[in-house]
Amino acid sequence: MLAQSVKIQDESDILTSRRLVREIATKIGFGIVDQTKLATATSELSRNIYRYADNGIVYIEQITQPPGIKVLFEDNGPGIADPEEAMKEGFSTTPGSLGLGLSGAKRLVDDMTIESEVGKGTKIEIFKYLP
Amino acid sequence: MDRIPILKLKSCLLISIQTDLHDLIITALQEDILTEISRTGARGVLIDISALDIVDSFMARTLRDCSVMATLLGAKVVITGIRPAVAITLVDLGLDLSGIITACDIDSGFDLLESTPGVFNSGRILKRY
Repeated sequence: MLAQSVKIQDESDILTSRRLVREIATKIGFGIVDQTKLATATSELSRNIYRYADNGIVYIEQITQPPGIKVLFEDNGPGIADPEEAMKEGFSTTPGSLGLGLSGAKRLVDDMTIESEVGKGTKIEIFKYLP
Repeated sequence: MDRIPILKLKSCLLISIQTDLHDLIITALQEDILTEISRTGARGVLIDISALDIVDSFMARTLRDCSVMATLLGAKVVITGIRPAVAITLVDLGLDLSGIITACDIDSGFDLLESTPGVFNSGRILKRY
């Protein structure tokens, strides 16, 4: 089983995490469009960690039931008060942002879950399954 | 910090993004493009992103903002070389990309700029430097 993790501490780690996700997705057998969607979703969520939580970890893992990939984004940042609201399009706490971070990432993958507690941190999992 | 070179060709600026860029470099590039437009009086800007296998919302937003800002300075921006998988992903992301002018490659990008009055043979005297 393929598995990797990346610490998100500075901007270049956003690049590392999305590159690694693409690498693993390619090895698992995802096509170019799914690789690109996964890498882009990873970029959005890694950037969220960097912007709002300062640092965190991204775990990338091959899954078998059903076959695909899971990427977990974990941080000890400020947390999201209302995850459901935050998943809606246009939601943003950053002026000038398009508010596409979470809702956009969600649209690029097959499944997405958010666990978050204000003041404690956020755990987001995204899943994409092999066609 | 690395910077992306901006080349001047007649009255156009040519930028080819060859590597994956992090946010600071993207932001610096936007500023550099605007500064160069104002400094050279360029009327057209061609940004080729055919080497990019990812364009996330930050990159797309910066490209869009840059196009709008350049318009305010009197220059037309054409983005060329968006890959099919990138196009599919951008639409799925839900980005509003109205305001971005695109062409499939540098050749057609220049054709587009050429067909815009004043971009190539404007008779306008460019500032010398």
